Amino acid sequence: MIRVLLPGHLRTLAGSNREVALEVPSPITQQSVLDALESAYPTLRGTIRDQQTKERRPLVRFFACKQDLSHEPLDAPLPAEVVDGREPFMIVGAMAGGCTPAGAE
Amino acid sequence: MSGVRVLVGTVKGAFIFESDERRQQWEISEPQFPGWEMYHLKGSPVDQNRIYASQSSGWFGQTMQRSDDGGKTWEAISNEFEYATDPGTHQWYDGTQHPWKFARVWHLEPSLTDRDTVYAGVEDAALFKSTDGGQSWAELPGLRDISGPKWQPGAGGMCLHTIVLDPNDEDRIVVAISAAGAFRTDDGGQTWKSINHGLKSEWELPDPVAEVGHCVHNISMHPSKPNTLFMQKHWDVMRSDDAGDNWFEVSGNLPSDFGFPIAVHAHEPETIYVVPILSDQFHYPPEGKLRVYRSKSGGNEWEALTKGLPQENCYVNILRDAMSVDALGSGGVYFGTTGGQVYCSPDSGDTWNTIVHDLPRVLSVEVQTLA
Repeated sequence: MIRVLLPGHLRTLAGSNREVALEVPSPITQQSVLDALESAYPTLRGTIRDQQTKERRPLVRFFACKQDLSHEPLDAPLPAEVVDGREPFMIVGAMAGGCTPAGAE
Repeated sequence: MSGVRVLVGTVKGAFIFESDERRQQWEISEPQFPGWEMYHLKGSPVDQNRIYASQSSGWFGQTMQRSDDGGKTWEAISNEFEYATDPGTHQWYDGTQHPWKFARVWHLEPSLTDRDTVYAGVEDAALFKSTDGGQSWAELPGLRDISGPKWQPGAGGMCLHTIVLDPNDEDRIVVAISAAGAFRTDDGGQTWKSINHGLKSEWELPDPVAEVGHCVHNISMHPSKPNTLFMQKHWDVMRSDDAGDNWFEVSGNLPSDFGFPIAVHAHEPETIYVVPILSDQFHYPPEGKLRVYRSKSGGNEWEALTKGLPQENCYVNILRDAMSVDALGSGGVYFGTTGGQVYCSPDSGDTWNTIVHDLPRVLSVEVQTLA
């Protein structure tokens, strides 16, 4: 099982705990994990990556094994510790993010 | 009629207030979707328990919600807003072309006749329609054919923020976009025409009377007179008596004709409300006095409504979707501020009460008159 940690807003939206466990078919990559996550929790579609282009949203980051994987290729294999379940794959809201420029003016 | 339900969207969640017809004592909900930007919530005129809500976040983008029990519980609905054709580019603030990209849903307008049909106005500007209660959305792309590359964003982005449905003709829809102007379809959204004749934007456009590019802030209509439209433009309060084909100014004696919302009384089609703001530079009321202005003559002659509103040291703004009216006999009027206050007048604006003082910045206020 692949362990995925979700930030607070996405937990609320998914109705899940902080950590979710997913069956993910090999190869275990960012793309296959996100596909499995969105399949298990359809309300998360579009919140982590664009629904059409599949690009990561600008203020979302991916961490695992104390590394920032946000800019790794989507189809690159995830670390072995994530694949065997020792470490979680973390979906994180950027620390300074969340603000939009002006609001509805 | 037994009371009212007020749906308030803020930058950090939604709030629902309910009261009986006296509108003196209010039940105020816990925050709904706490921490999310709730641009707009609106109930179906057909089913008062059906509410649609736009939920967004700078981190996690646009999501959508629907309630079938008056806001007690919510269900996520589709957030897939895909332009029907390649949207190309639009004008950026500096006049260069900029890629057209979906950002968020600004306004939801449920159908007047079918609870499962709802329109969504989005940024970058486009109009979407759902006929299955929000389970799927389809764009009405003909709108973008009207000089789309000449449209440009206002301060908040290039948004379609106003959707006015004609109660006598379901194929007629008026929309407004900042900063592109007003547009109308008479065939259910297949084809559109710009309806900006009479608008002047001397400080905002190189050609002050251009066909498109005007920063229309809000449009309102009374259902008994669907050909009469009232507009708060960036500057100028305008009126049309031919469904937008021609506009004329009715700013009259207002202390400033800059502002965002405009509303029409529920029972008096010539009674309208605006909240003057000093200017686009300052975005707060003239003289630090929060005054709603009412015209009972459809414009030109305005009276200040101040009783119960702060008349000194007030520097809030009232955003375009943050004013609404109820349909109770005495004609209630409501608005919310960027300072987090929501005010209610149960007597057509003569006196005002504060429902809440300290919400987050208010983005939208909609009122449901409950049966």
